[in-house]
This record gives sequence, structure tokens and C-alpha cells, in this order.
Amino acid sequence: MLFTSYSFIAFILVLFVIYYLVPRRFQWMLLLLASYLFYFLASPEYLIYISLTTVSTFLAAFRIGRLADAHQSHLAAHKSSLTRDERKAGKEALKQRQRRLLVACMLLNFGLLAVMKYTNFALANVNGLLQAFGSERQLAFLNIALPMGISFYTFQSMGYLLDVYRGKTSAQKNVFRLALFVSFFPQLVQGPISRYDELAQTLYGPHKPDWTHISYGLQRILWGFFKKLVIADRILVAVNTIIRTPEEYQGVFVLVGMLFYTLQLYADFTGGIDITIGIAEVLGIRVQENFNAPFLARNITDYWRRWHISMGTWFRDYLFYPLSVSRPMLNLSRSARRKLGESLGKRVPVYLCTLIVWFATGIWHGSSWNFIVWGLLNGVVIMVSQACEPLYTRFHQRFQVKERLAYRAFEIVRTTLLMSAIRLFDCYRDVPLTFRMFGTMFTTPNYGQLFHGQAMQLGLSGADYLVLAAGVAIIVASGIRRKPGSMRERLEPLPAAWRYAAMYLLLIAILLFGAYGVGYDASQFIYNQF
Amino acid sequence: MKRLKVMKALLAVCLVLGSLFLLQQLVMPKYVRGIVEGSLVASYYEETTPHDVIFIGDCEVYECFSPVTLWNEHGITSFIRGSAQQLIWQSYYLLEDTLATEKPAVVIFNVLALKYDEPQKEAYNRLTLDGMRLSRTKLEAIRASMMPDEKLIDYLVPLFRYHARWSELTWDDVRYLFGKKPLFHNGYYMRVDVRPVTTVPEGKKLPDYSFGDNAMAYLDKMTALCKENDIELMLIKAPSVYPYWYPEWEEQVEDYASEHGLVYLNFLEHQDETGIDYSTDTYDTGLHMNLSGAEKLSRYLGPILRDTYVLPDRRDDPELSEVWAPKTAFYEQMKADQLAELEQFGYLKSLGARPPDQP
Repeated sequence: MLFTSYSFIAFILVLFVIYYLVPRRFQWMLLLLASYLFYFLASPEYLIYISLTTVSTFLAAFRIGRLADAHQSHLAAHKSSLTRDERKAGKEALKQRQRRLLVACMLLNFGLLAVMKYTNFALANVNGLLQAFGSERQLAFLNIALPMGISFYTFQSMGYLLDVYRGKTSAQKNVFRLALFVSFFPQLVQGPISRYDELAQTLYGPHKPDWTHISYGLQRILWGFFKKLVIADRILVAVNTIIRTPEEYQGVFVLVGMLFYTLQLYADFTGGIDITIGIAEVLGIRVQENFNAPFLARNITDYWRRWHISMGTWFRDYLFYPLSVSRPMLNLSRSARRKLGESLGKRVPVYLCTLIVWFATGIWHGSSWNFIVWGLLNGVVIMVSQACEPLYTRFHQRFQVKERLAYRAFEIVRTTLLMSAIRLFDCYRDVPLTFRMFGTMFTTPNYGQLFHGQAMQLGLSGADYLVLAAGVAIIVASGIRRKPGSMRERLEPLPAAWRYAAMYLLLIAILLFGAYGVGYDASQFIYNQF
Repeated sequence: MKRLKVMKALLAVCLVLGSLFLLQQLVMPKYVRGIVEGSLVASYYEETTPHDVIFIGDCEVYECFSPVTLWNEHGITSFIRGSAQQLIWQSYYLLEDTLATEKPAVVIFNVLALKYDEPQKEAYNRLTLDGMRLSRTKLEAIRASMMPDEKLIDYLVPLFRYHARWSELTWDDVRYLFGKKPLFHNGYYMRVDVRPVTTVPEGKKLPDYSFGDNAMAYLDKMTALCKENDIELMLIKAPSVYPYWYPEWEEQVEDYASEHGLVYLNFLEHQDETGIDYSTDTYDTGLHMNLSGAEKLSRYLGPILRDTYVLPDRRDDPELSEVWAPKTAFYEQMKADQLAELEQFGYLKSLGARPPDQP
């Protein structure tokens, strides 16, 4: 069920009604039922995978929690009789036993993700190598259907497990409650990757119907549909025309495709997240924000603090930090400082960790070299940017331009163009083609083509461009108004008639200008594929 | 206070629904120019008196028979419930829809639709189904007709289907927001222009000449429905030279008609009796009849209907005469208008025809 399908809209509307009709203590059970039904409708066999992840995570976390509790009870009971060494040894033993459970569960779940998502990618690479070495033998691909949302729910579950292991949160004692955390349907297919301690605060209710929440939620859902249907799915045609016929559309069209794809991805992904957050809000549940005006970022590090925040923080908290303080990295740091000097040596492990994290981020997005190169390029740009930091600082001190509007605008445009250029790897079918197409922007730009009617051959009519321009203007206006309060909060003091009129106009805009129904390809959300 | 709030909420809901309805009316195609066939099905609901004969089928009925001629020359009241590429299940449900308001003596079904065993094209589905009045029968017609990528809700809320027309709205969309422009003559689509048959195409060899199970099942249902309602079902094949009518198809229809005791009339085999002249009686090289051809076929069919099914001549009925007089006037007026247009331009520009020198 796509979020934009009629059946999904009917599904959530019915759920909203039943949710507030059932006794409140049963609300979370209804949500679990709805989430599993949502998953079942996608494919009954997917339930096996999500159940396996849920049960294994529950058991491991529960056991880890029990071990910690037993250890605490033992310490409390023998507080006076235990020596410091005994307490330390006991803690070590506990950590070792907990680690074994943690590693086993992570191996199982990441292993499952790896098998489902990367087996055919690995086989394709082996076949490539065999061919390169002159072998005629080719390995057969496996017929594996990637379970919906597996990347998201695996990361969310493992985040929970790590939190329990670190003692940051207590283990959930009820497997069904954990099952709801893992499978909560609005965020199952494209995130955000929620943290247990945050989501659990509101996930299990009980929730009284609160008109402010419901109205805010509905507004957010409408806003999401507006972005997805009016902008993302409309511009999709032009993006596809450009990237699917690279022999025809080069030079300036690569630039156009790059910018259009940036807009499409933004509207698509943030639209999807708006729908997710909106649905949760109607249900009285708070799901974390995943974006914070990413195209106002002034550098790439800032951009990644604003874009897909839940994924960025997941990699930071569960991969980058543990990796940075791991024994091999500490050893590498010591050795690098000794051999390369203090200044350069201390950066080596940081750079290595950065590259590992970005490699993982890349491959998390998809099993192809495009995503790996995309991830590594992000890492390289961040590393270069960090290395040049002293130069920037000196430049800013010398010229005092940092807070000037024009310079800020320059930084924003530069960051947007840079990120858009790297995003080209999402678009073209392979890495060499992406580099080649990127190159044509400079070698054969042919800017004149744009003004000789070819822009109208991208599958968009003049009316489409008009709708897109208006849609972008509305998004920009709402983005500017984000500070100090969200658009919804700014509308709140207005008379109810004005607020409802705004909602009504948004609804009309979606119904009339949305790219949906017969004649349009029902495009799934881009992040559903990850 | 609470009552006031409820009233306000109800008013708001009514305003929203009302405006959405208006919006839907606005974007729905009006079919008043170019492809006007989309207005055929809905035109039936403007009828005020019952009919002796109901024709059902595709373009081979709504462009080949003239109810006004049947009335003027034989006193038979009739209506054509046909539309472009109307599939047999759509004909069946249109018949069911008709029987909800009247019970004709004779139903005439054109058998060309038997060649299709499954839905063909969304655009043609819409031409037939959009005009149907909402009922259980319409829902069943939609379910039977939908292509795999179609959704029932797109038919129930046409705004979802036609919303993209916002960029091509014309003054006609406002002008005919609620009313319809009269375009047809009891379901007959008049064309006075002539484009003679130049070649008679040979039929391509088919892997299987048997009509599909689904199509035949609906023919069975139609036969049963007529029998249940004590209505005579007559099968016909209009004299179009293409799509090619295979002898194997002819044989199956003949067998079916004789097995079920139905009259079957293949006009292709009665060219001498009908007087159809393919150099003057078709407006599109033999696919459809023009007015001259339709009138010839109606003149030929009238006595057959009268004699076979003992249909009375109703021209003496004052109420019916009063109803049919303006129909006849409109018919004559349109005929005169089209002839004048033909005289002026050499072709029927207003109906999207091509100039004679264009193939």
C-alpha cells in the first residue's frame, strides 16, 4: 500500500476512527494489528522477517536487561563483602556475556539484511571479476524479494538493542509492545529511524482525542501529500526523461536533471516524512523530525545535520563513536601520531572512521556501486572540508564576510549545488556514466538548447512548469516562515475560519494539481527503496 | 451554543462538499465538440416516454439507425443505448439500467462486440460508463469493464480521474457545467458527409475464431434477461465493411440465434434489399453509415420489426406525437445545419472531420 494510494488513505481514515473508539488501553494493540496488517498486505512472507527481527531483538535485549538486573541485585546484596577487584571482574563478566548476546543478535539481523539486500550485488561483482579474468562461468542470481522497510526496521531494532546494552534504556518486557515499536506502520517504509526511549513515551498511549493534535496531524498529512503529489511526482517525468536517455540529454540538461532531482527528492522524502509524522500526530504519537531546512545548510556537515537526521545520528551514535574509541582505532591513532606527527596523526583514525561510516551510509541506501561512491564522496568532501577548516577560519577573520547575507547565500547555494552534484549518483545507471554525464556539463554545456524549446520536450507542459514554480514558491515561503515557529503554529492564532480555509485550499491544490490517478505513474516514495 | 457549533460544522461540511462537487463538474469532459460520443449514454435519461425498441451496442448501432426515421415512417418509438466500442458486458448492464425504468417490446443487439472478451481501453470505458446514472448496475458495469490499472473510486469520484483537465478547461466547461447541449437523436449520432468505400479490407487470419467465454456468457445473460422480462431479443450485424466480419463468427451467431430461437439479421447480406450504396452511404469509407445509410437501414428495418414483433404504429398517439414533433424538428434542423456546413467548408469541421483531400 503506497502512502498515496486510495487504499492507504481509506486504511488510515478507518484506523483514526477505530483508534479513538476502542478502550484506550487497547489502542497500542490496535496499532500493532494495523501495522502487521499493513505489512501483510505488502506481502505475507515479509511478516516472517520482521517477526524474526522482533523476536530475536526482544530476547537478546530482555536477556541483556535481566543480566544487568541480576548483576545489580548481586552487587546490592553483597555490597559490603565484594572487593573492588571482584566488582570489576563481575562487571567484566557481565559485559562479556551481554556482548555475546549483542553480537549474536546483531549478526543475525545485519546478516539477514546483508543476505536479503546485498547477495545479488555480491554475486554480480563476482561475475564481473570472473569475466575480467576470462572465465566463462557465471554465478546465478538468487530470487530474493527485499522485505519492505528492512533497512529501517533493522536499524531501529539494533539501535534499541544497543541502547539496552549500554544501559541507556531498559529492556521492553512485552514482546508485543516491542513488535509495535519495530513495525509502527507510518515509519516502517521510509523512517524516521526512531529511538526507543523517544518513541516509547507516546507510542503506547493511552490517548484521548485531542482536536489540536488531530488538526495539526491532518494539516501535516495534507502538506506531505502536497509535496509528494504536486511537486515530486510531477517533476519525476522530466527527471526520468533526462536520466533514462543520457545519450540524448547531456550538458545543460544534466544540470537541469540534477536540480530537478534535488527538488524531487526533497519533496518526495520530506513529503513522506510529513505524512508519517502527521499520521502519528493524529494518533497522539510523537515521531521525531527528520529534516530541518536542509537547503539552508551552509556546509556539507551542516547539511547532514539537517537532512535525514535520524539516519545521520544513528550512524554517528552507533557506528562512528564506538568505532572511534575502539581498540584498533586507538592503536592506529597512537601509531599514526608516532609516525606522522601529532597534527596529522590524530586525524588519520578520524578520517578512516569517517570513510567507514560513509561507506556504510552509502551501501545502506542501496546495493550498487553508485551508492557506495555516493557515500564515499560525501565522506571525502567532509574530510576535505575539515582539513580546510583552518583556512576558512583565517579567511573569515581576514575578510569578515561570514555573517553577510550575500556570503551566506553563496554558502547555501554552494552547498546545495555540491550535494546535488553528488546526488547524481542516485540517478544514472552506473558510476562511469555518472562521471561522464557530470563532465558534459562543462565540456558540452549547450546552454542555448534550453531556450530553443527543448525544455518543453522533457514531458512537462507550460502548465506543469507553472504548477511547479508555484509549489516551490509555497515551499520556500513556508520554509522561510519556519523560524521562529512552524507554519502551523503561526496559523494557530488566526481565526478558525482562516485556518480551515488554508487547509481547504491545500486540499484543493492536491486534488486539482496533484500528479495522481490514470495517466500518471504511481511513483513510490524514493526512500521506500532503501 | 452547542447547537450553533454543530450547525456551523454542518454548514462547513456542506460548503466543502458542494465546492468539490462544483469542481468535479467543471473538470469533467463535456463531450460537446470533437469526440461527442461521451454524451450518448447520459442522453437517455432525458427521455420522458417509453420505447418499443431499444438498440444496444457500439458505433454500429448509434451511427447506423435513425429512431426519428423509424418514428416518422413506421410509428415505432425507439432509442439507441450505444457508445463507442461498447463492450458486451457494458451493453448488458445498460440494458439492465434501461429495464429499471421501462420495458420495451424488442431489444436489438449488434453482435460485433462479441469479438472482445476482455476490457480494451480505459478511454472507451469512460465514454460509456461516465454517463450512466449511479446505481448497483453501474457499479457492476464498472467492475466488469475496468482495466487492471483502473480503480473503482475513479469512476465514483470522477474528480480523481479528470483533475488534470484544469489546464485545458474552455468556456464550454463553464457553459455546460450542469446542462448538456443536445447532440443526438434518441441516441443516433448524425453525420451527413460522405467518404466512400475505396477498398474492402481482407480480414487477417486469426489463431482462434471462437468468441470468448466471457463475451458469450454475457450474451447468455442478455438472452436470459430479455426472456425473464418477456422481451424479444433480436441480433443484428450492421453493414460496416470493417472491422472484418469473419464467416466463422457469422456461423457462431447463426447457431446461437437458432439455438435460442432469436431473429438474426446480418445487414451485410442484405445490401440489395436495404439499398446501401457504399459510395454514398458512409462517411468514413465503410466503418459507419452516414445519414443516408442510417435512414435506408431504418426504412428497411421498420417493416421487419412491425411484422415480426407486431409493433403498433403509434403516430396517432397525441402524447407521443407531441414528444416526437420537436425531436423531428431538431433532426431536420441538424441535417440542414450539417448540409450548410458541408456546403461552406466541404467537410464537417465542427465534428472534427478531415477535409476531403486528406486521407
